[in-house]
Amino acid sequence: MKILVTGVAGLVGQMLARQLCAAGHDVIGVDRRRFADVPAGLHLCHVDLRKRAAEEVFRHYRPEVVVHMATIGHLFAESEERYRVNLGGTRAVFEQCRLHGAAHAIFVGRHTYYGAGPDSPLYHTEDEPPLGLASYPELADLVAADLYAGSALWRMPDLVTTVLRVCYSLGPSGHGTLATLLKRRLVPAVLGFDPLAQLMHEADVVDAIATAIRARPRGVFNVCGPSPLPLSVLVRETGRRLVPIPEPLIAAALGRFGLPKLSRGALGHLKHSIVVDGSAFRRATGFVHTRDEVQAMTEFAAAFPARRPRPA
Amino acid sequence: MQLAGAGSLHAELEDRIERLEIPWSSFGFDPYGASKRHLVRTLLPFCWAYRHYFGVRVHGLANVPARGRAMLVGNHSGGIALDAAMVIAAMLLELDPPRLAQGMADRFLGRWPFLALLAQRSGQLTGLPEHALRLLHDERLLLVFPEGAHGTEKLYRERYSLVDFGTGFVRLALAARAPIVPFAFLGGGEAIPTVANAYKLGQRFGAPYLPLTPWVLPLPLPVRLDIHVGEPVELRGTGDEDDDVVAAHVERVKLAIAGLIAHGKRVRRAGAARGAGQAP
Repeated sequence: MKILVTGVAGLVGQMLARQLCAAGHDVIGVDRRRFADVPAGLHLCHVDLRKRAAEEVFRHYRPEVVVHMATIGHLFAESEERYRVNLGGTRAVFEQCRLHGAAHAIFVGRHTYYGAGPDSPLYHTEDEPPLGLASYPELADLVAADLYAGSALWRMPDLVTTVLRVCYSLGPSGHGTLATLLKRRLVPAVLGFDPLAQLMHEADVVDAIATAIRARPRGVFNVCGPSPLPLSVLVRETGRRLVPIPEPLIAAALGRFGLPKLSRGALGHLKHSIVVDGSAFRRATGFVHTRDEVQAMTEFAAAFPARRPRPA
Repeated sequence: MQLAGAGSLHAELEDRIERLEIPWSSFGFDPYGASKRHLVRTLLPFCWAYRHYFGVRVHGLANVPARGRAMLVGNHSGGIALDAAMVIAAMLLELDPPRLAQGMADRFLGRWPFLALLAQRSGQLTGLPEHALRLLHDERLLLVFPEGAHGTEKLYRERYSLVDFGTGFVRLALAARAPIVPFAFLGGGEAIPTVANAYKLGQRFGAPYLPLTPWVLPLPLPVRLDIHVGEPVELRGTGDEDDDVVAAHVERVKLAIAGLIAHGKRVRRAGAARGAGQAP
């Protein structure tokens, strides 16, 4: 099968490209970023999705499946560029899919779509609106990209569209929002709160996307793995130290004393859980995660030991 | 200082929580964030109060299904959620196998630091219909007070009355095909005799109100508490019935609870009369 992967230089993109190449697929990778160790069999196109050169890639290769994961999303400092990449890029990808006869488009989104709030239910289902947006307006571009991708379901009935809302990934690469938060020795927390965090091994994220390519389900799906864990357990098991800070002081403390700088809206994610129900995806594709939370945490901690380990 | 009986109670509680039929993760958490360790720690003082401070009596326990989804529905009694804590303690200490009753907490709880956490770690979720349905489909035992916050607002003189019931619980029970197990809670109004509710003060703290007692704070007196559990009410339907159909079901449950309260009052009076007769 001819499969085009956008954002292929990202961690999950690279892992997915390797797996697809190994399975004998014809893989075309698109990214603006450098990609050092290109696997054999991957046609790498160094273009910007929103530029005309990208159109030529679609026109020339005419991929059957397009996996769109060229979106930027992290809890940390955001740039204006993010808006343009997330929305402009997503629009361009779906337009090219329509113009050049792709059969299946997969948008790889995030479970943070639902937002974190005191009133939001544990276990979000796919039919819920993004209620958390009010407290975290910085996420608007990701939410809009997700909904825009979903609109292809009715705008382009000939194209099978799969929107995936994937929970946090963790693993030896140290990539991803959660890993970035956990990389420092000290992890900030809001005193009196300990949200549940849902994580899956990064290799399972790749497996889930590969499963979606095979099963070609139409619709919007949450993707998750093991049962969620409290943030405190996650921090402890990866050898980090939780620093609970009273809420009125936290804005002043972040970015100082070895704590990471987080945007104001991201604090909601340190107070309230975002947990999704992944049963629809499992039913539609038969996906089963094969690595548990312990393996994900252990491999991450081994690759990124806390700088000052506690004396034995 | 060690409270009388706390040591053996701790061991018993640990054993009972171990026997709960809940899928714990390798770290001892259930899928909703309840934890074995926190359950023991949080429920120990309540279970101690259940046994030694109030000496709660439970009647009709056989009406609680041993397994599978069910909705415990009862009246509020007492200005703070003491009633919920004692029902949870009763289901844990008296049933075999023990069951974890999971309450539907008022939404303001989720905003409070520590309290929100304590609630989640002990299996008490925010009162959302999504939570109720999910727990029922997971074959859990739900604890519902359809009077809501207005039920805990009852003053001392109104302690045996029932305020208006919400109707959402009946729709949920119908949709999930869960039996409703009515219960009456008696004595909470005597333990915490509310003389007035401070609404403005409560709202300052994000709560609907703060109950005031003759000794200002809502600290409970060591009053005997009674829980009377009635026969399950099995409703048939889809949860999409017209309001008047649902209202009739609600009325049926309310009548069952009112009947249990009336019966419970008679039992308490008889007990009090006997107690007075035996007094030297």
